[in-house]
Amino acid sequence: MVLFFFVYFSLVSIVAGVFTIAFRNPVHCGLALLTLLLHVAGLFVLLNAEFLFAVQIIVYAGAILVLYLFVLMLLNLKTEQRYLHTRHAIILFATAGIFGELLLLLLQSPFSGAKGDAPAVAILQDGDSFAVGIKMFSDYLLPFEIVGVFLLGAIIGAIVLAKTPTAVDAEQE
Amino acid sequence: MIPLSAYVAVSAVLFTTGLIGVLIRRNFIIVLMSVEIMLNAANINLVAFSHYLESMAGQIVALFVIAIAAGEAAVGLAIIIVVFRGRLSTNVDELNLLKW
Repeated sequence: MVLFFFVYFSLVSIVAGVFTIAFRNPVHCGLALLTLLLHVAGLFVLLNAEFLFAVQIIVYAGAILVLYLFVLMLLNLKTEQRYLHTRHAIILFATAGIFGELLLLLLQSPFSGAKGDAPAVAILQDGDSFAVGIKMFSDYLLPFEIVGVFLLGAIIGAIVLAKTPTAVDAEQE
Repeated sequence: MIPLSAYVAVSAVLFTTGLIGVLIRRNFIIVLMSVEIMLNAANINLVAFSHYLESMAGQIVALFVIAIAAGEAAVGLAIIIVVFRGRLSTNVDELNLLKW
């Protein structure tokens, strides 16, 4: 059953990723990206990360994607005739060859390392949100605060960039 | 039980898809969407290693990656709006204001 869901989520997310970069109309690309984000959220459930599943749907599919679609509607872009760079296609073939080699090596390696202190049984006892919260507000408190300052800077930067320049000119005159 | 390498392979395929999207698309907004695909691939990798190596660090970092993706989307789209206001285009080939 888990295998079936893994195959479904991974296949649909890969196909949706290819559609995101292949569709001609930008709104269709946005909808393909939505499909990808929801199926990646499904992969998080299979990995016992229920809190990240909720965050992925609320923040990515709910906020970031709506922001993208909002800007697409605001700009009212014409669908372009030539929307791909085709001159460098040979580089893509070389990239695909290197990637295939990488994948071959990847599937052969065993990936073992030092185990941490949070086995699946311990996480499932109190729930994933509990485990994430305890860890984030004890060991990772400083990075958490830094991310807060970073988001404040991003908000101020976005407001300053998107302000209409005509308003400043009217003030000076 | 699904092996860890399966998750890593899915993540690698998605990352390559996003990289190709950044390289071949001409529309700036789609380029930013491809960056989101790459960030999602990194998140799958982080959460998969967090699960198989039994540590919470991967999930915490994945949360930070999502926060940074939100900031990147906000600032990137604001830049697109500013450029579009001056040139009426989001084609990356025509954005050469900073070239010298």
